[in-house]
Amino acid sequence: MSSPPRKGPDLPNAAREPAARPAAGPASWDLAVIGAGPAGMTAAIAAADAGARAVVLDLGARPGGQYWRWGPATGDGRYHHGWPAFAALLRRFTTHQAAGRITYRSGHAVFQVEPLAADDAGGGQFRVHAVADERRREYAAVEAAAVVVATGAYDRQLPVPGWTLPGVMAAGAAQSLLKGSAVVAGRRVVVAGAGPFLLPVAAGLARAGARVVAVVEAGQPAGYLRRPAGLAASWRKLPEAGGYLAELARHRVPVLRRHAVIAAHGGERLSSVTVARIDAGWAVVPGTERALDADVLAAGYGFIPQVELLGEAGAQLAAGPGPGAFVALAGPDQQTTVPGLFAAGETTGVGGADLARIEGAAAGRAAARYAGRPVAPERRGTRRSRAALGRFAAVMESVHAVQPGWTRWPDDETVICRCEEVTLGELRTAISLGADDARSAKLLARPGMGWCQGRMCGHAVSAIIDSEAGRGGSGRTGTRDPGLAGPETLASRPLAQPVPLRVLAALAEDSAAGDSTVEDSGVEDTAVEETVGPPEPR
Amino acid sequence: MPEPAAPRPRVAVTVDGAPWSVPAGASIAAAFTEHDAPGWRQTRRRAEPRGLSCGIGVCFDCLVTVNGVHGVRACLAEVRDGDVITTEKGSGFAERGA
Repeated sequence: MSSPPRKGPDLPNAAREPAARPAAGPASWDLAVIGAGPAGMTAAIAAADAGARAVVLDLGARPGGQYWRWGPATGDGRYHHGWPAFAALLRRFTTHQAAGRITYRSGHAVFQVEPLAADDAGGGQFRVHAVADERRREYAAVEAAAVVVATGAYDRQLPVPGWTLPGVMAAGAAQSLLKGSAVVAGRRVVVAGAGPFLLPVAAGLARAGARVVAVVEAGQPAGYLRRPAGLAASWRKLPEAGGYLAELARHRVPVLRRHAVIAAHGGERLSSVTVARIDAGWAVVPGTERALDADVLAAGYGFIPQVELLGEAGAQLAAGPGPGAFVALAGPDQQTTVPGLFAAGETTGVGGADLARIEGAAAGRAAARYAGRPVAPERRGTRRSRAALGRFAAVMESVHAVQPGWTRWPDDETVICRCEEVTLGELRTAISLGADDARSAKLLARPGMGWCQGRMCGHAVSAIIDSEAGRGGSGRTGTRDPGLAGPETLASRPLAQPVPLRVLAALAEDSAAGDSTVEDSGVEDTAVEETVGPPEPR
Repeated sequence: MPEPAAPRPRVAVTVDGAPWSVPAGASIAAAFTEHDAPGWRQTRRRAEPRGLSCGIGVCFDCLVTVNGVHGVRACLAEVRDGDVITTEKGSGFAERGA
């Protein structure tokens, strides 16, 4: 297995002439930013600082992304990390909004970024298609000279017996309940997986009143000590992790290392989990299994970047971090291999919120420049702190890397594809019939054919096929020819979100009219009205 | 730091016809969670209960019908006063007589 790609620049900045500024018009923007997490917000602000007009299309209800997800009951930041930084960022964002330089549109599920041919441009180089408003689902589109994709990442979950039971959720799901709605996921919670992200999840739940039964870490964090270079780079992160560990100790939460939750049990909902010791390859050490009562299992084994929009728009992707995940290649200015298409934050590698903001600023500035705006030079020291954060991300990834031994945790009855309810037994049948990659398995047994479009199970299907074929379960079957055809992930498809047929019909009418400019969706700027206050003193 | 039990505004919705009082501004998934009802969807093939999984709009496991619109992600949509929420069984179309 090749080493995971390091977070950081992979492409040189090509010398390029700034494109002509697009014609002004209601449907035309200097840049469209997809996602309003730390990277997307910063990108929009940096571009607006340069005088560009940015439209931000966000799946969420208000700016912040998942890291700073918030709602009317959580605007004081009591469940958040780095809240003063967010409050400052939001002030800059809403100031630009008030001045008309940033237009924020909440509830937009972007399903395609379409590069337009030069002669068909009509004032923009990209058309961005979305389904607007989760509760109504209408078609919406914008055109922009440049696009910044800052769609973030989601938790990698590993299928184990019982993992579909209500109460078993991604670690990020427990976070979203708390951060967005001030609702605690359950009474007795087990937090499991791999990576430092588990610590703030567990500490947040304990602080909010849940009994955290255990934190179960599959990796061996002592590995950090063997990588002094990475440690030096991560000096700011270490006290943070230490703080969470101290907090967990105060709440008497045991932190198990080299352990995993290998099964979940219950009838209509979760009632207990099986925890076992694992070896360095994540094989269960026989005889170490024990049961823990819990009504919630919050699990996450690293993150899978959401790069589908980038891949379908033609940007070159690379495998990693970890099995079944892909990132977009980007230069120091965050431009992908498609001119005018930028990627920032986790879409170029999982590096956390601090790095996402640095990349977002770089992307926003470069996108504004690409759209023809004069941009002042970058702040000094940015390059150095970005390199340091990139090194820390690489160390983190290697210490908590998913190992193929997990593919022996599920049994034949375990559902692997949640949407189509395909079991491991059915997947094995497909493999015995000759399926030797995720795509052929999908044709024979339907994993990845459902609503989530293979996002949840794609990495697992690839790893299981590798494991069954004796290839070590690295989950790299999707990357046989990345240079030529692009990674064949289960989640790769022209429409990156489920799209209602009437939305596609609206799209078809649009093309039939032969009109090169899309009517702007008519969805107005989403005002951000709720008050964000200071965090509670601790 | 223990959380103070701050009073918080609530709104009225119905879930499968039953009146529920839920926290204003919470996601529909959070409303189910607060109601100690973690499973609300029933799958098409194995008729198994499902609830919140990814929590951020990626997995589509938490779908509910809201005011007649089916397939709404409960983790994203926030409750509004007067919402008529219906849980989904199978394809989610049975409730509409399809």
